[in-house]
Amino acid sequence: MLEGIFRVLSDAIYFNLIKEDRYMLFIDGLKVSIQLTVFAAIIGVVIGLLMAIAKLTNNKILNRIATAYTDVIRGTPSVVQLIVIYYAILGSSHLPKLLVASLAFGINSGAYVTELIRAGIQAVDKGQMEAARSLGLSYPQAMRYVIVPQAIKNILPALVSEFIMLLKETAVAGYIALDDLTRAGNIVRGRTFDPYTPFILVALIYLYITSMLTAFMGRLERRLRQSD
Amino acid sequence: MIKVVDLHKSFGDLEVLRGIDTEIQKGEVVCVIGASGSGKSTFLRCLNLLEEPTKGEIYIDGISLMEHKKDINKLRQKVGMVFQQFNLFPHMTVLENIMLAPVKVKKMPEEEARRKAIELLRKVGLSDKDNVYPSQLSGGQKQRVAIARALAMDPEVMLFDEPTSALDPEMVGEVLAVMKQLAMEGMTMVVVTHEMGFAREVGDRILFMDEGIIMEEGTPEELFGNPKKERTRAFLSKVL
Repeated sequence: MLEGIFRVLSDAIYFNLIKEDRYMLFIDGLKVSIQLTVFAAIIGVVIGLLMAIAKLTNNKILNRIATAYTDVIRGTPSVVQLIVIYYAILGSSHLPKLLVASLAFGINSGAYVTELIRAGIQAVDKGQMEAARSLGLSYPQAMRYVIVPQAIKNILPALVSEFIMLLKETAVAGYIALDDLTRAGNIVRGRTFDPYTPFILVALIYLYITSMLTAFMGRLERRLRQSD
Repeated sequence: MIKVVDLHKSFGDLEVLRGIDTEIQKGEVVCVIGASGSGKSTFLRCLNLLEEPTKGEIYIDGISLMEHKKDINKLRQKVGMVFQQFNLFPHMTVLENIMLAPVKVKKMPEEEARRKAIELLRKVGLSDKDNVYPSQLSGGQKQRVAIARALAMDPEVMLFDEPTSALDPEMVGEVLAVMKQLAMEGMTMVVVTHEMGFAREVGDRILFMDEGIIMEEGTPEELFGNPKKERTRAFLSKVL
């Protein structure tokens, strides 16, 4: 009985990982997934910052552009956005696939980051702005010294949570034939006809990374709370 | 020092101030009393343009606020404000709270600002609290820090918006004592308050506001001792 289980396990490991160096597919896929997440996160934060400012200013046109952007992106599936951006917008150019996908996921993530930043700034009590202005600080000074430092405390933990979401979202990058971690699992499944082992492995790898990020978020929250 | 002419303020359809005219002299302590919703806080907030008047004029030292909106940061330096909810900056220590505006707005050297902040903390009786965060202070202590923070800009007039209304009763006294000391030193003050005892003792003049206008004004003796208007009598009979 025990021997039987052991045999099934060793077969699974052999065929899914060792034969033809298939473990390399997972490692390379993981690299792609991580690169994609990091690039998209950077693009997302930059877009989010700009769009949050556009949402918070008194300029009606900027408000509308930013609102249209967040509405469209948050109201449509990220797979659809990825495919549209890949084929319709950037498919004709010869940009590397990883870059195109980073851009697509960055544009997607940016909409959520916009809302995070906006909410984080608006969550700061409005008495803070009034107190700062009543002391003679200009609006930009009040933002810089009083509002933003407090808003960062609201934003940072939520931003880590957004990065976790983003990492999981990138699992659909296979739709544009980018060999990310999930697609690596799919390739191995195609060779071994074993649907369980490669995807359980893939799931465990995602879980490992996201739990590290979650632990980091917890530590960050505790540290930020200390000065309250 | 401050002159207010036909001041109106509406929030949408709601007319909160319906024509305020008054003048506040240098060194005068003016207490504004009245029921909630009478417009007294809105009036005070108009004096440093935290609320923008719908109509009317406000002059500070003869300079029209309405015509100099772009210089508002300069004008606000002359007008200190203390809020009901203290509004201390929670991410800064007490000392940093007080030093922020002198250093960033007046470009005062940090060492000088620090000396001044320490001196102001001594004045409000909190010399041992310079390096703590606001969350570690009691309500009364927070409000005294807020007063010190406003004083750090050397304002010519101080506005107090119900400074003791958010305090536990046992802490009201310590804040009023600091305000009284300030008044005796000759600071020009406009105080929106429900503390009738304070208004009577420290106020040079009392404004009774009702439904967006100054219904009655006078010295504490006149207003508390011999109110002329029916509305004033009705209000005072409820609060005294």
